[in-house]
Amino acid sequence: MPTVSVKRDLLFEALGQKYTDEEFDELCFEFGLELDEITSEKEILIREQGGEKAEGASDVVLYKIDVPANRYDLLCLEGLVRGLQVFKEKLEAPRYKRVSPADGGEPQRLVITEETASVRPHAVAAVLRNITFTQERYESFIELQEKLHQNICRKRTLVAIGTHDLDTISGPFTYTAKPPGEIRFKPLSQSREYTAAELMSLYKTDSHLRHYLHIIENEPLYPVIYDSNGIVLSMPPIINGDHSKISLNTKNIFIECTATDLTKAKITLDMVVTMFSEYCDEPFTVEEAEVVYPDGRLSVYPELAYRTETLSGDFINKRVGINESAESIAQLLTRMCLRSEVSGEGDLIQVEIPPTRADVIHACDIMEDAAIAYGFNNIVRSTPRTYTVANQLPVNKLTELLRQDLAAAGFTEALTFALCSEEDIADKLRKNITETRAVHISNPKTADFQVARTSLLPGLLKTIAANRKMPLPLKLFEISDVVLKDETKDVGARNNRRLCAVYYNKSPGFEVIHGLLDRVMQLLDVKPGRNQGYHIQAAEDSTFFPGRCAEIFSCGKSIGHLGVLHPDVISRFELTMPCSAIDIDIEPFL
Amino acid sequence: MHPMADNGLLESVLRLVEKVDGGTDSQDVAADLGVDHQVIVGAVKSLQALGEVISAEQKSSRHWELTGEGREIAEQGSHEARVFNAIPDEGLPQNQLMKMPSGKVGFSKAMSNKWIRLDKAHEGGPRVFKTVEAIEDTVRDKLQLVQKGQSAKLEDKEKNELKKRKLLSEVTVKSYWITKGSSFSTTITKQETELTPEMIASGSWKEKKFKPYNFEAMGVAPDCGHLHPLMKVRTQFRQIFLEMGFTEMPTNNFIESSFWNFDSLFQPQQHPARDQHDTFFISDPALAHEFPQDYLERVKKVHSEGGYGSQGARMLYKLAQQEKFTPVKYFSIDRVFRNETLDATHLAEFHQIEGVVADYGLTLGNLMGILHQFFTKLGITKLRFKPAYNPYTEPSMEVFSYHEGLKKWVEVGNSGVFRPEMLLPMGLPEGVSVIAWGLSLERYVDTHI
Repeated sequence: MPTVSVKRDLLFEALGQKYTDEEFDELCFEFGLELDEITSEKEILIREQGGEKAEGASDVVLYKIDVPANRYDLLCLEGLVRGLQVFKEKLEAPRYKRVSPADGGEPQRLVITEETASVRPHAVAAVLRNITFTQERYESFIELQEKLHQNICRKRTLVAIGTHDLDTISGPFTYTAKPPGEIRFKPLSQSREYTAAELMSLYKTDSHLRHYLHIIENEPLYPVIYDSNGIVLSMPPIINGDHSKISLNTKNIFIECTATDLTKAKITLDMVVTMFSEYCDEPFTVEEAEVVYPDGRLSVYPELAYRTETLSGDFINKRVGINESAESIAQLLTRMCLRSEVSGEGDLIQVEIPPTRADVIHACDIMEDAAIAYGFNNIVRSTPRTYTVANQLPVNKLTELLRQDLAAAGFTEALTFALCSEEDIADKLRKNITETRAVHISNPKTADFQVARTSLLPGLLKTIAANRKMPLPLKLFEISDVVLKDETKDVGARNNRRLCAVYYNKSPGFEVIHGLLDRVMQLLDVKPGRNQGYHIQAAEDSTFFPGRCAEIFSCGKSIGHLGVLHPDVISRFELTMPCSAIDIDIEPFL
Repeated sequence: MHPMADNGLLESVLRLVEKVDGGTDSQDVAADLGVDHQVIVGAVKSLQALGEVISAEQKSSRHWELTGEGREIAEQGSHEARVFNAIPDEGLPQNQLMKMPSGKVGFSKAMSNKWIRLDKAHEGGPRVFKTVEAIEDTVRDKLQLVQKGQSAKLEDKEKNELKKRKLLSEVTVKSYWITKGSSFSTTITKQETELTPEMIASGSWKEKKFKPYNFEAMGVAPDCGHLHPLMKVRTQFRQIFLEMGFTEMPTNNFIESSFWNFDSLFQPQQHPARDQHDTFFISDPALAHEFPQDYLERVKKVHSEGGYGSQGARMLYKLAQQEKFTPVKYFSIDRVFRNETLDATHLAEFHQIEGVVADYGLTLGNLMGILHQFFTKLGITKLRFKPAYNPYTEPSMEVFSYHEGLKKWVEVGNSGVFRPEMLLPMGLPEGVSVIAWGLSLERYVDTHI
């Protein structure tokens, strides 16, 4: 969930009202936001870098507000204020308009060459005319781009935004791709020119930019945008040129978004221009730009598309569980920036989806907005009349019954991880990894999670190792799932519910573990005996001490092993005492 | 029982205690019975163990005692007196006097007491004469007083002087002040520690006295196993769902395909949860197969035109394959996995609790109503709902409950109505809504049971 940091006083000034922290928190909650933290730059510096670094830092109160991941229109102060003001009915949602150049001239043009196809094939562009920045507006403009980059742009992989002082460059612009050695320009915040190849090594140590290098690093051609005089605007998605950088005094801004996902690029561009066209001489107007594709097609951006959906008041009422007139539902939706009116035919409502609400894709999204405006907590809570009979999953029912009885038999239940290292299920148990039928994980963050466990035994032995200080004997059990490869399943693996118990003491206590088996079998109503009953039979298993291991058969079918653990197994789990164990499959008893 | 204290001695002690009204000191008892004080101390302890026969309060007292030399003097007289008595009227040569055992000390003391004089110029060598007719051996008298236990008659100054001469020493004695107990008796009955089968059979328990229990002590820990606290909470949650008529879903397939885990949940291809760093991907076996082909096509269509792992997708698909739709309520509590580095607040696997209801015409109000019932069974009654975003539900609501301890609202779960894009491709009839909620089992361990 993205977090937006805004200055409290600036926010209240824009909202035209002062709130206490509690009142503002309440407003956020109602609207689906979360006032996550109240802090200041100084406090953040003190927390992150200590008191000395914070000296002289600003102690202006900051609100950190969590915004839902699909509401890109709330990622800056401007958007938040607009959303809340419309919600509080203090403001009507503005209409965003795409306009032709005021002087009647040609629109700015961005020409895409075919070389971009292999690396970053899409681009969109727009112009903000006669904008007035203040320090705060400028900072918010930069911050919004960063927030969009982190969220909808998926860390610049899908979309990268470049903003330029239009008065320092001249179109038409060319979006092309070139070998890194052939791109050469002075990037932002540097004092000299570098080739693209040099920049990639320069930014290897840049705490911010190094995260984006991988996007194009191994490409033969790097994306680059030039103006008609060969000045580099940007090398997306890494860095802009220094020449066209914007400042507080910039009046006209050329915005380009290059992308691997055209839909996301259009949304990103719409967000930037709808948020900041507020500060243009003619607010909420955006000057169009043309984009020419390699095949000659021409598109005009930003799209700023409004679309209308029609749905019935009855639909909203039924889904939400309220009983409002179509008119009042239309009013609720209007408060969510979805300008709505009753169409006159029955209770049908025409809902206009503005370009800022890319998150609205289905009638259910509109229904949710109506519910938010109505107030989730004003909806009457009612019990569905769905009649059903409860059923337990048989394997869980059996597990629940056995757990109780194992604890009653003096064994304590352990809860261990289902993921473990290869070593845990193979080397430490004196088994070969290939014979374990283990499912392997391709991308574990730590070596502790390389495979799904094929046995509950390693987890129990690790639990004993962690509790060596407890008085002997230690008696533990776990009834849980292991995972085994199984080609007959659609995912190639299946869970297997197993029961494992260990007895750890100065003497191995085979008879204790054997007695536990007898008790479990008694509970499962299987009597001792060779054919219809259960019996154990001497067996060889590398995990167990030779001559001290038996295989367990129930109704003629092998269900597991019990025995005294091999001394090497004991030492590999950093244990020192003899230990006996039982490990059985309980699924045959379902 | 104390080895030194036989019943005869114990009863002698009790008879002595009976005679005195306000009680007696164990030292006096020892003196009266003519036994060592330590033996009486043992007897007191044995009597105490019998219950309320006597009550004994420990006290300590300081008293004076003769040293070895002091006892010799009390018996034979002081060195100076012995010297004086050895001198005949005609005197004694000094060298002969000095050969006496008490010679050296006795001579200088007798000299300073002016009992004797030394004639150095006597013919035949220095000779010692008495200067007085008779003497009073006060040192011996004083020591005899102490020996008789009458040291109180001496002044402190005198006692300290004798102490300086190493004839007296002051010792601390721990003794008991013994008085009658609430069940005082001069005869001893042996107390039994425990009731035995023989006593029950013979009825002898009626005559026996039983040693009292110490009710201050802790009991012996029961010899039993324990269920894991988290699993106990899991049992409670299962119980709640079963009480509410929910059927348990088969979630015992930890390995799930991306198709069921993401695609069927309408999780966009670019959603962060699909990224390498959130999800564990399997290298062996790497590929799933046998998807329901026509459903796969429909899901593909939704994505091209158009999390976090809900367990419900497979079950809802199965539900949709019925000839006639029947409403269901499902739940599951099982492990889910997340590719995280472990620390105090992050686990790579945890237990997720999910509830799902599918029926015609379910409303958002129904979801809140059922959540209210569910949480009420947990003892949480103050709930409120915050609009939220989940990729596979719309509307989505975070569930907050008021925490009386923290005095604030805390998030306890997430919920929502499944998106139609997810339900329709499965083949669920239009008009069927699916409401669902989820919470983590781990966060309830501290607060319940």
